[in-house]
Amino acid sequence: MSQTITLKIDGVEIKAQPGQKVIEAADAAGVYIPRLCHKPGLEPFGSCRLCTVLANGRPCSACTTPVVEGMVVENETESLQNFRKQIIEMLFVEGNHFCMFCEKSGNCELQAVAYRFGITAPTFPYQWPHREVDASHPDILIDHNRCILCGRCVRTSRDLDGKHVFDFVGRGCEKKIGVNADSRLADTNADISDQALDACPVGALLRKQTAYQTPIGQRLYDLEPIGSEIESTGNTN
Amino acid sequence: MVATTNKTRRVVIEPVTRVEGHGKVTILLDEDNKVQQARLHIVEFRGFERFIQGRPFWEMPVAVQRLCGICPVSHHLCAAKAVDWLVGGEQLTPTAEKIRRLMHYGQMFQSHSLHFFHLCSPDLLFGFDADPSIRNILSVAAKFPELGKQGILMRKYGQEIIQATAGKKIHGTGAIPGGVNKNLSLAERDALLKDLDQMIEWSRGAVKIAKDYTVEHLEMAKTFGSFDSNHLSIIRADGAMDLYHGGLRAIDKDGNNIFDHVDNQNYLDYLAEEVRDWSYMKFPFIKSIGPEDGWYRVGPLARLNTCDFIDTPEAEAARQEFMAVTDNKPNNLTLAYHWARMIEVLHSIEKIDQLLHDSDLQGTDLVVRGERRQEGIGILEAPRGTLFHHYRIDENDQVTMCNLIVSTTSNNEPMNRAVQRVAEEYISEQMEITEGMLNRVEVAIRAYDPCLSCATHAMGKMPLEITLVDAEGKVLDKRSKSA
Ligand code: FES
Repeated sequence: MSQTITLKIDGVEIKAQPGQKVIEAADAAGVYIPRLCHKPGLEPFGSCRLCTVLANGRPCSACTTPVVEGMVVENETESLQNFRKQIIEMLFVEGNHFCMFCEKSGNCELQAVAYRFGITAPTFPYQWPHREVDASHPDILIDHNRCILCGRCVRTSRDLDGKHVFDFVGRGCEKKIGVNADSRLADTNADISDQALDACPVGALLRKQTAYQTPIGQRLYDLEPIGSEIESTGNTN
Repeated sequence: MVATTNKTRRVVIEPVTRVEGHGKVTILLDEDNKVQQARLHIVEFRGFERFIQGRPFWEMPVAVQRLCGICPVSHHLCAAKAVDWLVGGEQLTPTAEKIRRLMHYGQMFQSHSLHFFHLCSPDLLFGFDADPSIRNILSVAAKFPELGKQGILMRKYGQEIIQATAGKKIHGTGAIPGGVNKNLSLAERDALLKDLDQMIEWSRGAVKIAKDYTVEHLEMAKTFGSFDSNHLSIIRADGAMDLYHGGLRAIDKDGNNIFDHVDNQNYLDYLAEEVRDWSYMKFPFIKSIGPEDGWYRVGPLARLNTCDFIDTPEAEAARQEFMAVTDNKPNNLTLAYHWARMIEVLHSIEKIDQLLHDSDLQGTDLVVRGERRQEGIGILEAPRGTLFHHYRIDENDQVTMCNLIVSTTSNNEPMNRAVQRVAEEYISEQMEITEGMLNRVEVAIRAYDPCLSCATHAMGKMPLEITLVDAEGKVLDKRSKSA
């Protein structure tokens, strides 16, 4: 028998189910907590820290923290928003993100959160790392230039596709997504129908030759900012 | 402003202004202070062709248009034409081809309007010797408010066409491999039809201004920066002007064909490019004639000269008047570019008129695919002239080779000739170098509407400067200004 839990986000009382993470309860209540590595249906990962909130005064990632009765969550405070902004900026300068011609533009979650936070240009220096493109697979492309290491492809391939095509390799700034083969995606059992291909929030993992098919104006985030789908459908009481 | 000392002349000048992009001019004097040589330089690097190596080919139409903030639509469409070949989709559906053409004519219309009303009208309306503080678009707007307004609204109209077809006014995504990603909705069409008649009327007026100016100043135009040359453009199979698609035609100064209806995929059999140590720009030439004399002009003047006729009635009538001035022989006058450009504005708006009344634009068959290829070449007539995009890809769809010949590169040698002619005529042996004389150098360059940022495939902005060098190679003075 499930018992309802009550907590507060930014002063507003919401109801949650036991076992839910803070971000899930917020989603259901129509409160948007920014996120990148979290994707409903995947195991919580807690790597990007964009969902950082203050729960009972302590910073924690909303995607991994379970709700508890009487919890007081701070979400849209100025200092949290500034902190998130810095994370987004760091993601931009760590990779090579050329939104102006990226085929994911308009459908990209990283770009969309940047727009939502009003970031026009990062204040940190660009790193311009050297990153590879793996286009060896006939139907799939990996562009490491745009990878933000959210691990959504890793978890989807492992848990939903049952394949384990992707995993992390390396450490620190050398860390990257590797494939389950000596070097190339073409030598794995990745397939165009894999759900992992839909898991990538940015333009790093792509189906070949599908670019730019949606006209500008009809792309996911052309009209409404990211998060508005949660804010408009949730039940805020 | 000039200060004269015993041995050298110190020249303080403003750099070339009102040119799209940035460049610099060096005027070399001999011992008698006669102009020995004039060169238009580019001081940027050619970074783009390398930058896109390894990128997936379908990015090209969207990525390469970033070469240029001035004519991105031309690069977008030209790259798309090349990429069509890679996916075997070069035979577009009627809807796709017409949407792309509409985008292209919109671009031609807005680019030519911008050039004429904003960049060159101050020279024509106030004269080359007018004070620079007067010779600018603000004065045009103040003294000829109607013209200033027309320029702005014509440009806006062209941009609205681009937005309706490409999704954005600049850097859109409309053309995709083998087609387009949207058609024109009835609402979009009706919005564009609203101002169409006004645009046609203003285009007629613009042709008249350019024609009257040229005819009135014909004697001056005959020598001003003028010289005989070959001309090149694409041409429709029946000899009509076609700005979007056709075989290559080159003619000599008298109008004789050098080659005709050359398949775009074979352009390298007919054209080659030379590199010169003093310039980052390449110098293309017609192979059968050689690098010395094989250079050619492109752009509105060349297109008026190469075509047998124009397939829209008002522009055709204007073309006949234009050709009559040179007894139906090719017109080799640099200043005639302006008139030719406005005839193309009229042609473009007539084409836009036809297309907006064509129900194919509301079709839903948008993309075709065929046999995959590893090499693709796209050629079209950009506002400034013939544009070439050439790509090779590997088996993984990644670009291994990219070669671009932009219009300003083809007009590189002609612009050098024009500058030299003007410098010889107005600067040699003069005791004083006046603002008006230096502006004449600019006017000659401006007639070609050069876009120097994309000619060097520059990734950033560069300053423009003019340098005067004496017989010993000593720089007498240099003056530069950032963009
Ligand atoms: S969304 Fe919670 S850490 Fe990434």
